[in-house]
Amino acid sequence: MSERSMRGKSAIVGMATAGVGEAPGFSAMELLGQAAIAAVGEAGLKLQDIDGVFAATSSHAFPTMSVVEYLGLTPRFFDGTNVGGSSFELHLLQATLALDAGLCDAALVCYGSNQRTAGGKLVSMSEPQWHEMPYRPRHPITAYALAASRHMAQFGTTREQLADVALAARGWANLNPEAFARGPLTKDEVLSARMVSDPLSKADCCLVTDGAAACVLVRADRAKDLCEKPVYFLGAGAANYHRSIVAMPDLTVTAATDSGQRALEMAKAGRDELDLVMLYDAFTINTILFLEDLGFCPKGEGGRFVEDGRIAPGGELAVNTNGGGLSCVHPGMYGLFLIAEAVAQIRGEAGERQIEDCELALCHGNGGTLSSQCTAILGSEATL
Amino acid sequence: MSEIERDEAGPQANYEAFLAEGRFMLQRAGSTGEYVFWPRVTTPSGATDLEWVEASGGGTIYAITINRSRKGSWNVALIDLDEGVRMMSTLPEVETAEIGARVKARIEQAEDGPRVVFDLAAEDAA
Repeated sequence: MSERSMRGKSAIVGMATAGVGEAPGFSAMELLGQAAIAAVGEAGLKLQDIDGVFAATSSHAFPTMSVVEYLGLTPRFFDGTNVGGSSFELHLLQATLALDAGLCDAALVCYGSNQRTAGGKLVSMSEPQWHEMPYRPRHPITAYALAASRHMAQFGTTREQLADVALAARGWANLNPEAFARGPLTKDEVLSARMVSDPLSKADCCLVTDGAAACVLVRADRAKDLCEKPVYFLGAGAANYHRSIVAMPDLTVTAATDSGQRALEMAKAGRDELDLVMLYDAFTINTILFLEDLGFCPKGEGGRFVEDGRIAPGGELAVNTNGGGLSCVHPGMYGLFLIAEAVAQIRGEAGERQIEDCELALCHGNGGTLSSQCTAILGSEATL
Repeated sequence: MSEIERDEAGPQANYEAFLAEGRFMLQRAGSTGEYVFWPRVTTPSGATDLEWVEASGGGTIYAITINRSRKGSWNVALIDLDEGVRMMSTLPEVETAEIGARVKARIEQAEDGPRVVFDLAAEDAA
C-alpha cells in the first residue's frame, strides 16, 4: 500500500516557551502550563478548544493525564509516546495524522521541566540496562563518549573539531537574549575544560536548565484563520534500532540516515533547499554525526565540515541558531525547543540571529543513547 | 541453580547462573549458527533454537571511554567478541587502551557479584 502523504496537512498556529534557563520556585507542570496557555492564546483559541494532547516529560509517568488534568482539558485524542528528546518531532507527525483523520481539531504538543532548580542534575526515568550495570556507565555521557571515541579512531575526528561545534553554538547563543549560556568562549577554554568521560569534557556537554515549550497545530485549511504566519508541517520520519548503546550496530552511524531521508521524501525537499538545520546537540559529537547522517557531508567528514566556523554565525550552513542544547537551553528533553526555534526563524521573529529569508527548516530530534531518531520538516506558506 | 531450574528460567537468569559458576557462556542458534548477546529469547533474524556455548574469551576493543569522577576513574569499553557479538565491559588493569587492541576475558568477583572483564591479550600487553 502506498503511503498517503501528510505534506502540508497541518500547521503550527501557536508556539511558546516558558522558564527557559532558570525558573526558581516553579514546578515542571507549572512551567508547562505557562507555555501551553501562551501557545493556545497566540493561536487565538481557548484551552477548552484543545481536543488533542501530545506530551512527554522526564518527570511524569503518564504525561498526557497530568497535562489534561492540570489544564482542565477534555481531549478526544492523546498520545504520550516517549522516545526521549525526539518525542516532539514524532508528536508533530502523530498530531498531523490525528488532525487529518478528524480525530481532533486542535492539537497541543507540550513539555516542561524544572531539573535545574529542582536538583541541578539531569532528571531521567530511564531504567538501567542489566547487562551494562556491572560496568557502571554514566549515561547518557558514557554512551556518547563511546561513540565519539569510535568516530575519532575510525575517521580521525579531533577534540578541536568537537570544540568547533561548541564554539559555533556559543556564537549563536550570543545573538539570542534568551540563551542561558552567553559570553565569550575560546577554543582554549573549551579544550581545557574538565574531562568527564574521555574524549568528552564538560564543554562538550549540553546545559542543565529549566524550560517548557508548547505548540498548537490545526489542519492547514484552518491555519490562516487563526494565525498570520502559520508554520506548515511538510514531513517527518522516524527510525529506531536500539535502546542500549551496546546494541547500536555501528557507533558512527545513527538511524538519522533513515529518519532524515523519510522526512525529506515526505516534504519533497532537497537538502540544498534547507535554510535552517536544527540538530539535537546533547553533546558536541551529535552535531557531527547528524550532519553526516542527514547527508550534509559524507560519513566521516563531519569533523572537518564544522571547522572554520562553517556552522557558526556567518557560516555556510545555519545550524542551531538559538545556541542549541550546548548554549541555549536543555531541560532534559530538548526536542520541542528545536521546533520553537524553527518557528521563530520561519516567522521572521528571531531578532539579531534572524537568518535571511528562512522558509524551510529541518528539526532533528535524538532520544536515548543515539537511539530514537525523528526528523521533521517545517516551512512557510511559500513552501506549500 | 540446578539443571532443571535452569531449563525453566529465562536467558538472563541462566547467563547469571553460569557466571556464578565461573563460566562465560553465550547463546547460539542451532539453525543459523548466529550468536546473540546480551542473552534473550530470539536472535535478530528470528531464530529461537538457542543453546548455550562457552565463549572463546577472545575479543577486540570497539570503543572505550574513561569515566572520571571525584571518587575515581574507571574505563567502560565495548568489546567485539570473536563470536561476532558486542558487549559492554571494562579493562580493570589499565587506565585505558587503544581501540582495535586484542583482549581476553576473565571472570572477576566484583562487589555486586561476578562479572566478565577483559585484559589486554598477551601479544598486545607487551
